[in-house]
Amino acid sequence: MSSTIIETDPDAALLPERIRRFPFPFASDTYRYSANVEPATKTAPTEAGSWGTHLVDIDEHYLEELAERAKVLDRDASRVNVLPHMRPSVWDALTTLLSSMADDYPDTMSYHREGNTCRWHNGLQNLDIEFTVGDDSSLPGGPMRFLGSQIQDDIILLDVREDTLWLDAGLVTFAADWSFGFDVGMNFMEIHHPVPRVKEERIISRAQQFLLRLQPGEQFRRTNWTLTIGRRLDTSTETYPEWGPDRSTIADDPAMPEKLHLRVEVQHLVRLPHSGALLFLVRTHLLPLSDIARVPAWREKMGHVLAELPDDMAEYKGIIRYRKAASDWLLAR
Amino acid sequence: MTAIALQPQVHPAVEGGLHLEVTDISRQTESIVSITFAAPEGGRLPSYVPGSHLVVQYGSGVNAYSLTGSGNAPSDYTISVLRVDEGAGGSVAMHRLSVGDRVNVSRPRSAFAPASTASHHLLVAAGIGITPILSHARAAVERGNTASMIYVHRPDAGAHVAEARKLLGPGLTALIECTNRGSFQSVLAEALITQPLGTHLYVCGPVVFMDAVLEEARSQGWSSARLHSEAFGAAELDAGEPFTVHLARSGVRLEVPAGVSLLDTLETAGKTIPNMCRKGICGECVLPVLRGAPQHRDLYLSDQEKAENTTMMCCVSRSNDPELELDL
Repeated sequence: MSSTIIETDPDAALLPERIRRFPFPFASDTYRYSANVEPATKTAPTEAGSWGTHLVDIDEHYLEELAERAKVLDRDASRVNVLPHMRPSVWDALTTLLSSMADDYPDTMSYHREGNTCRWHNGLQNLDIEFTVGDDSSLPGGPMRFLGSQIQDDIILLDVREDTLWLDAGLVTFAADWSFGFDVGMNFMEIHHPVPRVKEERIISRAQQFLLRLQPGEQFRRTNWTLTIGRRLDTSTETYPEWGPDRSTIADDPAMPEKLHLRVEVQHLVRLPHSGALLFLVRTHLLPLSDIARVPAWREKMGHVLAELPDDMAEYKGIIRYRKAASDWLLAR
Repeated sequence: MTAIALQPQVHPAVEGGLHLEVTDISRQTESIVSITFAAPEGGRLPSYVPGSHLVVQYGSGVNAYSLTGSGNAPSDYTISVLRVDEGAGGSVAMHRLSVGDRVNVSRPRSAFAPASTASHHLLVAAGIGITPILSHARAAVERGNTASMIYVHRPDAGAHVAEARKLLGPGLTALIECTNRGSFQSVLAEALITQPLGTHLYVCGPVVFMDAVLEEARSQGWSSARLHSEAFGAAELDAGEPFTVHLARSGVRLEVPAGVSLLDTLETAGKTIPNMCRKGICGECVLPVLRGAPQHRDLYLSDQEKAENTTMMCCVSRSNDPELELDL
């Protein structure tokens, strides 16, 4: 892969924050799967601004997305699961992330720990709470539900044993066309089995080796992307009947530029310090084509990526029926 | 940068690590001393996985030592060091430390982690091998798991015995001390056939001791997935046969003599190879192999990766063929 120097457009300062902070994922006019990992919390410039400074990113959609998550969890309990042996790693994830947020957002958040007693203040939610590490009853809904009420990211915890990663806990309400409840208990290779090409290219086994070798405390990130119709975060297998049919009508919809969103996942990979479990955070960002088109370099790159993407990858991403319409619209501007 | 040049050089293995102060020294036995480190400015240190070790710099060298705590949000780190007078000098240097001294250490590194799914932990230690085993016992007690411990030491020369005894209760259900080989044999034989289903075994001590325990466990039908041993007490590897490396990209040919590692040879030739443990455990010095069969002597690559012969750890591994070609 060739590296590209990204220059921020001089007019970008006039763009709204949702565009300036958007993690635009394409560096060139083509896209293929790769083990595209890099160290976390390094500010990544884009043609419109930058992203990626903090491990936990909090933006203008914070309260709205957390309210949406709470509704999903009320409807469907299968979106959260913690296998019994994962309890220590859930606490490890919670203490690691709250401490990181307090460091990154000192104006609104603070975290203090004395022994196993912790105090957490979140000014965005007007929340002050004290809890005890290891005591699940000290937090409303337990530590996993509580963590899911503090960060916009979906949370996945992978246990490390027998030289393999096992998806043994998580809270996932904003899945991009997969089912957390179905995948719980599977190992890394099983989870990725449906992804085209990666078996032949050994990307998944190399990614797993890389993750197994992370030392506690190390943090990396990567991006992934697809397209989503409407500003819809919950595109899980469970709700397919609600969003699946839109895929066959969007190509002819005159409102496509406003309805069709580039969905980018900023995925963080953190080897937790005390449990040694691997924390996988998936933060979903949605931006409509009409906003993408306001940044000329994005419009062009995304238009070309959609036009060039091989059919098997477009099929897997669920965009094969309308990617041409989207590409044509972007490139015609 | 001129000011930094006056400071003792930070060893690559502890780069990006911590600068800590010795806050306590306590003698465990005639030859074992416990050393406690804390941040000079106070405050919490990074948590660590039970069974982790710390790489500590002494002069221009480094040594790895197991941490003895549970690793849960610690404010200090404690290691215990057995004095080995004929060793490389690390243990002697550690024994010379006094309260107030500052040392460069790595962040804790995990290579001997507990299995989260174990129904019970059978912990087996010999001599100074008690250090990571004590860490495991403390973590099991804290997490509400159960463990039992077999500890082999010379009469009246057991380090950390009092601390281990204090853990006895619903978490650490048994502590059996053995002070001679015969009693250990029968204790181990009994333990290996009476554990609850789903027990994992952890052993740390001299290599011959660990090998014997693992062998005995396997012969009793324990699967390898349930056997864990601490690797860095590894014995010195033999000198090996001389071989040649051809560096394909730079077009250079180098002779690697017996008793000199490939990593040393490359560094002497002016190549910079990322490396950390130099013992075949950390995986930092991996090199791509284009031709030839490496003699894999590391503890890092999986069996499958070793069989593929496309990578090697140049700090310990050598060559089965007279010449190896590397992508370097």
